[in-house]
Amino acid sequence: MITAEWKPIEEMVGYLRGHKKVLVIGCATCVAECAAGGEREVETLAPLLAMAMQNDGNPIEVKSATLERQCEPEFLEAIAEAAAEADAIVSVACGIGMQLVAERYADTPLYPGVNTTSLSIREEPGLWTSRCAACGDCVLGFTFGLCPVARCAKSLQNGPCGGTRTNGMCEINQDTPCIWRLIVERATARGRLEDLTKVRPPKDWSNSPAGGPKRMLREDLRS
Amino acid sequence: MSLHAGTKLEKVLAAGQFALTTEVGPPRGPDVEEVLKKAEILKGVADAYNVTDNQTAVVRMSSIAGSKILLDAGLEPVAQMTCRDRNRIAMQSDLLGAAALGLKNILAISGDHQGAGASGKLKGHPGAKGVYDVDSIQLINIIKNMRDEGVQAGGDTLTSKPQFFIGAAWTPLGPPIEFRVLRLAKKVAAGADFIQTQAVYDIKAFAEQMAKAVDMGLTEKTAILPGIIIPRSAGMLNYMNKNVPGVVVPQELIDRMKAASDPQAEGVKVTLELIEQVRELPGVKGVHLQAIEAEELLPEIINQAGLSPRPEV
Repeated sequence: MITAEWKPIEEMVGYLRGHKKVLVIGCATCVAECAAGGEREVETLAPLLAMAMQNDGNPIEVKSATLERQCEPEFLEAIAEAAAEADAIVSVACGIGMQLVAERYADTPLYPGVNTTSLSIREEPGLWTSRCAACGDCVLGFTFGLCPVARCAKSLQNGPCGGTRTNGMCEINQDTPCIWRLIVERATARGRLEDLTKVRPPKDWSNSPAGGPKRMLREDLRS
Repeated sequence: MSLHAGTKLEKVLAAGQFALTTEVGPPRGPDVEEVLKKAEILKGVADAYNVTDNQTAVVRMSSIAGSKILLDAGLEPVAQMTCRDRNRIAMQSDLLGAAALGLKNILAISGDHQGAGASGKLKGHPGAKGVYDVDSIQLINIIKNMRDEGVQAGGDTLTSKPQFFIGAAWTPLGPPIEFRVLRLAKKVAAGADFIQTQAVYDIKAFAEQMAKAVDMGLTEKTAILPGIIIPRSAGMLNYMNKNVPGVVVPQELIDRMKAASDPQAEGVKVTLELIEQVRELPGVKGVHLQAIEAEELLPEIINQAGLSPRPEV
């Protein structure tokens, strides 16, 4: 799922000064799964924002809504009326949903209530960990199904750096396993350690965000 | 035997002499005098001097500029190049620039992650965007292809071939331990002419890893220089043992330093013993001796180790 994390309330207060009627909108998919922008979080954030604006000397009227999906145009119509009444919208969906809202309700300022942070799984209750970096050049076929692009701090392609701690965790985060240690363990378990001894050439990043904004065109679907 | 670049380091190794490298950290300012001061202390002490590349993500004078200052002062540099701060375009361009300035020893490393944090009072740049376009093994291969084929990573040709003596780092004792020699083999296959290792204190464990490297024929293809950091206190050894990945310090060594009435003198003794011990290991071709912020100790150590004067080649 796409994960997101609340922005500091002070940052949101900074956006909302001068506004009077604010609509806070959530999304019931990814950001609900990662407990940042689902109905529960929207209903928590809305009164918090109202209180923070009150304390800031800029009281606002806050309404809230949670859309089934903020990244699909058809679901945005549900807030048409509320959006028309608001003079600002705070979205706690991912950056994709936010931008669709900003486009559909282009006359109303849209502010982010969250930072979109990763493509992760929920590993345990309350713990999400990165799995994919959308690099556009998948290497899982060479790395025994474990991604060194998203899960190695240096996105190394040819094995672990010298920063693997004695306990097998990453130098830069005590709680993150060195993914190359796990790749080596899985290769060993399959009797295929030899596969990891081939030098992998430099990656082609042109199909990643580094290559410019993505435009995926499928002619077969455009008739 | 034909040489790749004909640097002093390469010639010393080619002549079968026990090589000695050390390190010069560039200053956090444009202070030529600072570099020259270190050069003054260290001249003649080693065959070549590594110039670090913004270690721990604290900005310092560039490795290439520092290397050029050393070269002009009569010390042969090993310019370190990390994959953290430059993409393949900038690295190749800097490599051509280095070659143009006469810098031929290059150490290709992935580099400390910007989030690994500077120590002490320094902040580093934890909010920087790390590049890591290529990894150290890919960088080694890029350098080799520039040198041997005269070709850029993107396939375009160079107008002439730069000469490089290509170095790489090795952490022999980090987990997953069974992969460390295989990773060394990848570096050698990619083109590493010489290897400087992470600091070694556990000689027994290091000897086992070296034996595997010898068995795989790696020591025929590359020159391995184990790293030794001169210990100055039990606290320093303890710190490295706990906090520096890949550095394993036997407890008895920590205890010995703790019991010493003059830890600095004891550290020098320990260093001499370590040099002696690694020197006896098959496949070891030299030593990379680091005296972090205590460079003044080096001339004496090298004298006592019988490694002075350095060979004329």
